[in-house]
Amino acid sequence: METVTNHSASGIAMAERPDGLEGAGFFATSLEKVVGLARKNSIWPLPFATSCCGIEFMATMGAHYDLARFGSERLSFSPRQADLLMVMGTIAKKMGPVLRQVYEQMAEPRWVISVGACACSGGIFDTYSVLQGIDRIIPVDVYVPGCPPRPEQIIDGIMKIQHLVETESLRRRDSNEYKEMLNKYGIE
Amino acid sequence: MSSSERTIEILKEQFEDEILQVEALYDFLTISLKPEKIVTIIQYLYDHPETKFQYLTTLAGIHYPDQNQIAVMYQLHNLLSNERIRLKVFLPEENPRVQTLTTVFAGANWLERETYDFFGVIFEGHPDLRRVLNVEEMIIFPLRKEYPLEDQTREDKKDSMFGR
Repeated sequence: METVTNHSASGIAMAERPDGLEGAGFFATSLEKVVGLARKNSIWPLPFATSCCGIEFMATMGAHYDLARFGSERLSFSPRQADLLMVMGTIAKKMGPVLRQVYEQMAEPRWVISVGACACSGGIFDTYSVLQGIDRIIPVDVYVPGCPPRPEQIIDGIMKIQHLVETESLRRRDSNEYKEMLNKYGIE
Repeated sequence: MSSSERTIEILKEQFEDEILQVEALYDFLTISLKPEKIVTIIQYLYDHPETKFQYLTTLAGIHYPDQNQIAVMYQLHNLLSNERIRLKVFLPEENPRVQTLTTVFAGANWLERETYDFFGVIFEGHPDLRRVLNVEEMIIFPLRKEYPLEDQTREDKKDSMFGR
């Protein structure tokens, strides 16, 4: 892939150009690559921050570890307008149905990242009241371990989400495999 | 005479029969009482000009499986003289019922719901006695000593890694 350079030819790239056929005034490539490129660089997250990992997320969104440079400038607290559900923090069993409802309200394509030990597996809280991992109720794409994970690790998780977003097939959400996977969780 | 002795005297004026035991653990006056008239006693301590315990710090349940009793512990605080007092009532494990404190302190509402949620103590006369911190569908009272802390449906947490 070539990098797109600006006029002063200083080598700064906005994004990597996918392989394609170029001519005078046109550039032809496959739709999946363009859509993947566009989606990957403009993920709008929904920060479902419950506890300490939420604070680490706040640090990640701050100016030092800036998450906005990955395209996540606009956080959305409305699931209808979000692409990525970031579950950060301990989810109690009482909170489970709420999280599930938020996930169901998101529109396709949607991704879920589970940040921190508590969201991945219940973490240090081996008790009757803590949900032992959010993947008991919703499908998860990327797990970020840590208690709490450092902002660099959260960014690493986001970059893995970006890779998933970029390489996803346009037909994946309508495929039978995906529908079966959702049925396993009881989501229509 | 110290203030705690005076408090015990005031209590004995009216409710000598209800007192089971008086002790001072770490300078904290603790009085064990019979459960039947506890609300009247607390109202009396609320109104009496020399005690004036008009702040409910907390109320909680304690399970004593060896004596088959569930205790309810009330901590009251006199804001003017900065005195604290602890009152305990002991209820039978099979049927822990006691009168509600919401008539005296409105703040006892959620505290009693929490005690019901975790120990199963029924507060008679409570306006809305249901679980507050746990899931509504839960059928056990988790802080009783017979129930383990861990979630029994977990698959991946090895007991050895958690020090058990």
